[in-house]
Amino acid sequence: MRPAQRTSVTVTADGLQEEAERLLGQGLRLALMAAHDDGPGLRVVYLFAGGPPDRRVELVLPVDLDRPEIPSLASVSFPASRFEREIRDLFGIEPVGHPQPRRLVLHQHWPAHWFPMRRGAGEPPPFPDEGGSYPFAPVAGEGVYEIPVGPVHAGLIEPGHFRFWAVGETILRMKARLWFVHKGIERLFEGRDVEEGLVLAERISGDSAVSHGLAFCLAVEEAEGRTVGEGSRLLRGVLLELERLYNHVADIGALCNDVGFSLAQARALDLRESLLRLNAGVTGHRLLRGGVRPGGAGVLRLPTAAELAGLEERFEALVELATSNSMVVERFTGTATLTTAHALELGVVGVAARASGVAVDARQSHPVVDGATEMPVAVRSGGDVLARFEIRVEEARTSFGLIGDFCAGVGPLAGTAPATAPAGGSGVGIVEGWRGPAVHRVELDAAGRLARVKVVDPSFMNWPSLPVALADTIVPDFPLANKSFNLSYAGNDL
Amino acid sequence: MSGPWPAATQLAVSTLQVGGVLVGGPLLLGLTRKVKARLEGRTGPPVRQPWRDLRKLAGRERTRPEQASWIFPLAPLVLVATALVVAAGAPLVAVNPAFGTSADLFAVVYLLLLGSVALALAGLDTGTAFGGMGASRALTIGAVAEPALLVAVLALSIPARSSNLPAIVSSSLAHPIWLASPQRLLALGAFLIVVLAENGRLPVDNPGTHLELTMIHEAMVLEYAGPDLALVTLGESARLVVLLGLLANLFAPWGIATRPGAATLAVGAVTVVAKVGALGVGLAVFEVFMAKLRLFRVPELLSGAFVLAVLAVVVALVVP
Repeated sequence: MRPAQRTSVTVTADGLQEEAERLLGQGLRLALMAAHDDGPGLRVVYLFAGGPPDRRVELVLPVDLDRPEIPSLASVSFPASRFEREIRDLFGIEPVGHPQPRRLVLHQHWPAHWFPMRRGAGEPPPFPDEGGSYPFAPVAGEGVYEIPVGPVHAGLIEPGHFRFWAVGETILRMKARLWFVHKGIERLFEGRDVEEGLVLAERISGDSAVSHGLAFCLAVEEAEGRTVGEGSRLLRGVLLELERLYNHVADIGALCNDVGFSLAQARALDLRESLLRLNAGVTGHRLLRGGVRPGGAGVLRLPTAAELAGLEERFEALVELATSNSMVVERFTGTATLTTAHALELGVVGVAARASGVAVDARQSHPVVDGATEMPVAVRSGGDVLARFEIRVEEARTSFGLIGDFCAGVGPLAGTAPATAPAGGSGVGIVEGWRGPAVHRVELDAAGRLARVKVVDPSFMNWPSLPVALADTIVPDFPLANKSFNLSYAGNDL
Repeated sequence: MSGPWPAATQLAVSTLQVGGVLVGGPLLLGLTRKVKARLEGRTGPPVRQPWRDLRKLAGRERTRPEQASWIFPLAPLVLVATALVVAAGAPLVAVNPAFGTSADLFAVVYLLLLGSVALALAGLDTGTAFGGMGASRALTIGAVAEPALLVAVLALSIPARSSNLPAIVSSSLAHPIWLASPQRLLALGAFLIVVLAENGRLPVDNPGTHLELTMIHEAMVLEYAGPDLALVTLGESARLVVLLGLLANLFAPWGIATRPGAATLAVGAVTVVAKVGALGVGLAVFEVFMAKLRLFRVPELLSGAFVLAVLAVVVALVVP
């Protein structure tokens, strides 16, 4: 299987929107926008992707260093409006015509005119204030009640601030403020060699080590011109599905726990622990780090058919326990509905998209394993918590089958594929992780080191859909709604 | 049927009841947690863990919100005090404790309500969003739960011709057939639901959650820390014991001491501990298989309890 061909077109500021609209009209989505500081000038790359068949088209827009401006695509693509705000904060490139040209990544109190991803940005200048005040758009009216939550929460979860405006218990509006754990990961990649880059990629979001590790490796392999053998590709498929399994099982349990059904949570945690121990046996790491390598993959052993059958039996018992409790199903049904129209408009991906009737799965459109295009895609039209729960159940079932099939097909490994491309190439990796597609775009320098890595976690695409789904939801159902999306803060904040 | 009770014995019974409720409350919490854990396949903390937690909290620095007034430190005291006053007069170990004559059903229900209202005011007093949210939810539930409790006990008081709790218990002992009457069973249903709601148990509230936005009771007391929190926990656990003890003795009074004497009092004490323990285990088993209701469904459940209680009263009036 050859990696998909990627075409790259240089566009002018005037021709960008027309070209973008043409690609979006062909059913491609804006998967990634990456800005680059090349020294003499700036450059913005727009990656459009879709399939099947696997298609990747890049638009490259050179930007003048003295007049750092790009035309905003906000009117044709909601995800573009978010990428543009990210680039505005980190590179100081102004999206002209953006309806909300506000800070996104860097909070209000970061010094103005300091752009951390520019060359020679250096250390940040002194902060003018401690960031005490952060005004939200006021919501007024009879009986409107404001509830600030976080960034420090009562449980051991990641930091995010949520501001609710409610009348009684019904949510009028919710605003999420994230990027409390912005670590500058993209900057950390720069100058590392590929092996060191993989170590970092596996740690972008702890629960997505395989998704991000594999997306990174695919991007590097395209840049270096390596063709990975069939055995390694199947192994990668096994690891990806093992990651999906343990995360979906954890989510199924957590959703039950959030409606107070702790029995199912206890069973799910028990099953998750067994899966993590299996992972440790397979790769030597409970979260599956170290299995995927640039140019190949390697495991200590493969899961046996008997192990998988035993785990699947326990999984079915867990699902039966959860779905046979009518109170659990009642709480899931109709809670936090994300309509198909909203999902499409916001560019939602992964589990959340499929639960809202959008049949997108990068395992089909950008297959990692041969023949995956025939793989069934789980789709529900409800868009509520129940739909997102059922998608996870169905996908976990499929994963059990896929792991068995892939393991049966893994022959002798061909070893690491050699590099064939000239130095200084670029590559793109798209991998359907358990949450949704992880997208990496890598550029190498003449010495084969990482010059620029742009990472898009599915959480970045999906966070804006959570407030939309909350319309007409009641405040005490928010944790359940939030858990049903289960978005990563670390992956979003980078 | 009860002989003359020496005042000293009555005082001893009350002291025993208050002490037992104080010491037993946290142990009952520990017991329910242990049973739940074992049923879920976990080891769970030891039964005495809540006492360890209380000791730890009591030793901590006293921190209170800057905006809070005198209501905030007072509320936990009111909560503990009201629960203990009820414990002193309620027919738990013996039918005739000191203040037994004042252990009127209305007095008991409103003493417990006083504790709830004090906590709700304290929640509002903190000036935080969660305090207000928790107080609003707790009062919404209390507004429906308290009348149901009142009417349920009223149904029991009709055949006894008295709203005095010791009198109700004594008369049911004298006429055991009343215990199986339809009004008793209807009232029992209402009483059970109210006990769950009043103590923040599933399916009304989740005592084990860490999710701020779903909390009812925990949201209200979120600002309490250290010794104040220890008092709140102690007061709540005492309430649970008192309510379960009343439930046990109003609907199954056997074993309660009806005559003064060391032996009968010992039997009364052991049976009430066993009954409350059994109810605690039952509560834990029930909670394991239960999920939490959507908040807006809780008033429906409690209205159901109220209807059961009203039916019990109607039946009690119609059927002599």
